[in-house]
This record gives sequence, structure tokens and C-alpha cells, in this order.
Amino acid sequence: MLPDPATGGRAAGEPTVTASSAALASETSRAMTKIQIFDVYKTYATRSGRTTALQKVDLDIRENEFIALVGPSGCGKSTLLKLITALIRPSRGKILLGGTLLDKPSRDVGIVFQQPVLMPWRSVLDNVLLPAEILGLDMKEARARAVELLDLVGLGGFENRYPGELSGGMQQRAAICRGLVHDPSVLLMDEPFAALDAMTREDLGFELLRIWERHRKTVVFVTHNIPEAILLADRVVAMSPRPGRIEKVIDVDLPRPRTLDMQFTPAFKAHSDEIRALIRRT
Amino acid sequence: MSDPTTADSALADRASEADDGAEAWVDPERVSLKDVLLPLVTFAVLLLIWEAAVREAKIPAWLLPSPTVIGEAFADWWRELLAHSLVTLYETLAGFALSIALGVPLAVAVVYSPVLQKTIYPILLALQSVPKVAIAPLLALWIGFGAMPKIIVVFLVCFFPIVVATATGLTAVPPALMDLIRSLSATPFQTFVKARFPTAMPHIFVGLKIAITFAVIGAVIGEFVGSESGLGYLILVSSSQSRTPVAFAALVVLTLMSIVLYYAVEFVERLMVPWATKT
Repeated sequence: MLPDPATGGRAAGEPTVTASSAALASETSRAMTKIQIFDVYKTYATRSGRTTALQKVDLDIRENEFIALVGPSGCGKSTLLKLITALIRPSRGKILLGGTLLDKPSRDVGIVFQQPVLMPWRSVLDNVLLPAEILGLDMKEARARAVELLDLVGLGGFENRYPGELSGGMQQRAAICRGLVHDPSVLLMDEPFAALDAMTREDLGFELLRIWERHRKTVVFVTHNIPEAILLADRVVAMSPRPGRIEKVIDVDLPRPRTLDMQFTPAFKAHSDEIRALIRRT
Repeated sequence: MSDPTTADSALADRASEADDGAEAWVDPERVSLKDVLLPLVTFAVLLLIWEAAVREAKIPAWLLPSPTVIGEAFADWWRELLAHSLVTLYETLAGFALSIALGVPLAVAVVYSPVLQKTIYPILLALQSVPKVAIAPLLALWIGFGAMPKIIVVFLVCFFPIVVATATGLTAVPPALMDLIRSLSATPFQTFVKARFPTAMPHIFVGLKIAITFAVIGAVIGEFVGSESGLGYLILVSSSQSRTPVAFAALVVLTLMSIVLYYAVEFVERLMVPWATKT
């Protein structure tokens, strides 16, 4: 197996899903771990009683790792992502970000949604700069960074255009730049390409990988598209619904840089079959 | 994105995407000659029928003046028409401005305060249900015959649509965008200035456009009840003295004023919320 760039060439096969006690015990694993999810439950009150969206979720996400959460709708993958934004709280358990308890939204996190939700009254550049403005960052530096990011996703020269002038794919590219402009170490993506056509979706996936290779981040990528998850991620977290829980965490055995052709390799097919079987099982 | 592109030609692909986007956007609002001409011709034909019918049936001018007689009234009475128009225009604009100045802040307060939402909103709804025509005489009784009671009637008529539209707009920020803003721990002030208010702007203009069409009516109602000037007064006095052509001329001016004011608001809308008005 080729050295995995996400883990800095660290030997593969290290335990990925660890019990919370084990994760805390090992000083080295703590240093490598970016996000630690311990025994997390999330229940919602509904009209017909309480619904368990997440049940006993334990997951360690390594620094600079690209991790994909996959599962059918209702498996709680978006809920898990939202818990990492700290916009909602777990009903039980806790989440650590960089070793500290996540009890309020962290500025070290960038978010990209399924919809670009750009502000139509702001130019592309000003949209990308929104997080920098809100966080009160040095605008000169932020501007330079925004221009660089836009250039990286092929939106160079579109800085002063308005979202209404861009296609859906271009808007989503701008949204990714917005998620990265304040240089967070974690990028959370909630089905970011689900609203795009298949072709644009592929392009954007590889562009995302290019950005990720340039500016190393911990990426948590939610999708219901199994091939997309395998093609992009270092590890795929297979989740199943009712109640939402982690079935298995799969190390993706594909070298980087990834290419579209890899989806025809036996390794890819094996992963795909395994994940499909896991998340179908209810 | 019709051509089958691969990741290799992503750049070319992007360029074509851009073209698609730009084309859909730059394309100006095209008004063909037919769109303008047809309503004008229809209008002219209607005027001709009116003229012919009045002449043929020998209807006296005090009962129903023909378009040409109304035109003559314009020529003879233009000074009076202008003076009274200015009064009505002043009342309309003052009441409209007042309703914006009070309506928008109230909507903000209602959106941000659950208490106000439970206390003021129902009262507002109840007040809106009171016919303004019925309030006008009371206002005359309390405040007298100056411009103020008319301004208040205009205000009452405009206030409600502006408050409702603004309150709706302030809560129309897409949930995902609110999540993004909250994840950055934005202050309430930042959220208001950067997201809520700009999102509300197109909604506010919907309210303003509804309000401005009511505004002129409000001013005329106020003038009907008791006044010594304004187009409403002119119509009332002219009718009672059987100078019907003058009343019609005043009516035409009122209609024109209403139309011009509406388009003026729309013009300001295009300047202030270009993102919502471009097709």
C-alpha cells in the first residue's frame, strides 16, 4: 500500500475506531486525533415520542484526514456533522475538537452545505470573505487568501461577479472557498455535491482533493453516494438508520492521488460491495 | 454543460458554465414594440368609443363629460389642478414616509422580541381590520382639517403591509445560511446587518409597492372627510357644483400620480435591490 498522504505516511492498520478510554490513554494517538467523539447519543422529541437519531457513536477522526460519513437518509450522518459544528448538543456523550471539549461553535471549523447559500447581494469575493468579516480577521490577508482560493477552484476573474451570474457548480466552488477562507483546520461538508449534475459533481470532487492536498485539513464529508465516498476519503464511516449508528469504519485501500479510473479496480469494487451490504442491513 | 467533458477539460467546461450563467443574466428586459403599442391602441379605441357615445347620445357634460371636454377642463383649470395635486402629493408622501420610518423598526422589534410578537402583533391585526374610511372622520374631529389627519390616514393604510412584509423578510434567511453565521459565532448585530436586513430588502419593497398604491387612496379619503385643498377636495367641490369635467380631470391626475409613485418605488427598488429585480 502506498503511503497515505492524509496520515503523513503513517503506517496503515492502526486501530481506527477506538474505545474512548483507549484514545485518552495514548498520548500519541491524542496528538494525531483532531476530533474525538465519545459515546454520543442524540435524541429528538417528536410528536410520537422520542426519536433516537444517533445511538452510541464513538469515532476518532485524525488530523488532516479525509473522512466520509455514508449511509441512507435517516442514519444520522448530517446530525453527526451538525454535532461537530456545535450548533446542536449531544443528548449524551461528548465531542472533543483538538483535545478540548466542544461546547460552542469553534472558529477552527469551516462548513459547506448542500446548497451554496451565497448572498445574492454580495459579489463572489465578498461572499467568500463573509466568515473573515464576522470573525474580525485582517481583511487584507483574508482578501489575498480568498483570491488565492478562488483561483484554485478556477474562479479567478470571477471575483466581482454576483452569484446570480454563476452556474450551480461555480456557486458551490465559491461556497467551498467561503468554508476555507478563515483557514480552519476542520472542513465539514454536508452532501456538498448532491445538488449538482453528475459531471460537475466529479469535477468538484477532484478539485476538492486538489485543495485538500494543497491546504491540509481534516475533512468530514457527508454523502449518500458510496462511490463518491470511496473515491475521495481515506476512511469511510458506514452508518445505518433507526437508530443511527456506526456499522463499520473502512480504510480505503486506494493510492493517492486518486483518479476516476480507480472506480474500476477490484479494491474499489470490494469496498463498494462491503459498504453497500453494511448500510443496507437494518 | 451539454458537451461531454472530462476532468481534463474542466477549465473549458467552467468557461462554458460561465457563459451560460452570464447569458441568462445579462439579457436585458426586452420590451417589444408590440407590448407597448397594443395597450396604447386599446386605450385610444376606448377613448374614441367614449367620445362618440357621449356625442351621439347627447349626454350633458355635467353628467358624463367626453374626453375632449375633460381635456378642455385641463387647459382651463391646470393651475388649480397643479396646486391641489401638490397638496395631495405632500400628504401621500409624508404619510408613506412616516409608515416606513415607524413600520420597519417595529417589524424589527417584533421579529427580535417574542414578547412584542405576542402583544403588539395581534393589536396590529385588529387595527388593520378597522376600515380606515371610518377612522377618517374621527381624525378630523380630533385633529382638525389640516394636512395632519390626511397624513395619519395614509400612514394607517400603509403601515400594515410594510410591517408584515418587513417581518416576513427578516425571517426569510435560508436556514443553512443562518447555521453558517451561527457557526461563526456572529453577534446579533452582525447577523442583522449582514444577513437579515439584506434578505428582507426585496420583501420590504413588495410591502412598499402595495403600500404606495394604497397611499394615494388614503390621502383622498382624508380629503373627502374634511379639507380645504387637495384633489379629493377638488373632486368633491367640482361635483357638487356640477363642474364634472374638472372632477374627471382631477381623477385623471390622481390616477397618474398613483402610477408614477408606484414606478418611482420600483425604480428605487431596482437601485437598492438589483439582485432581486434582475431577471
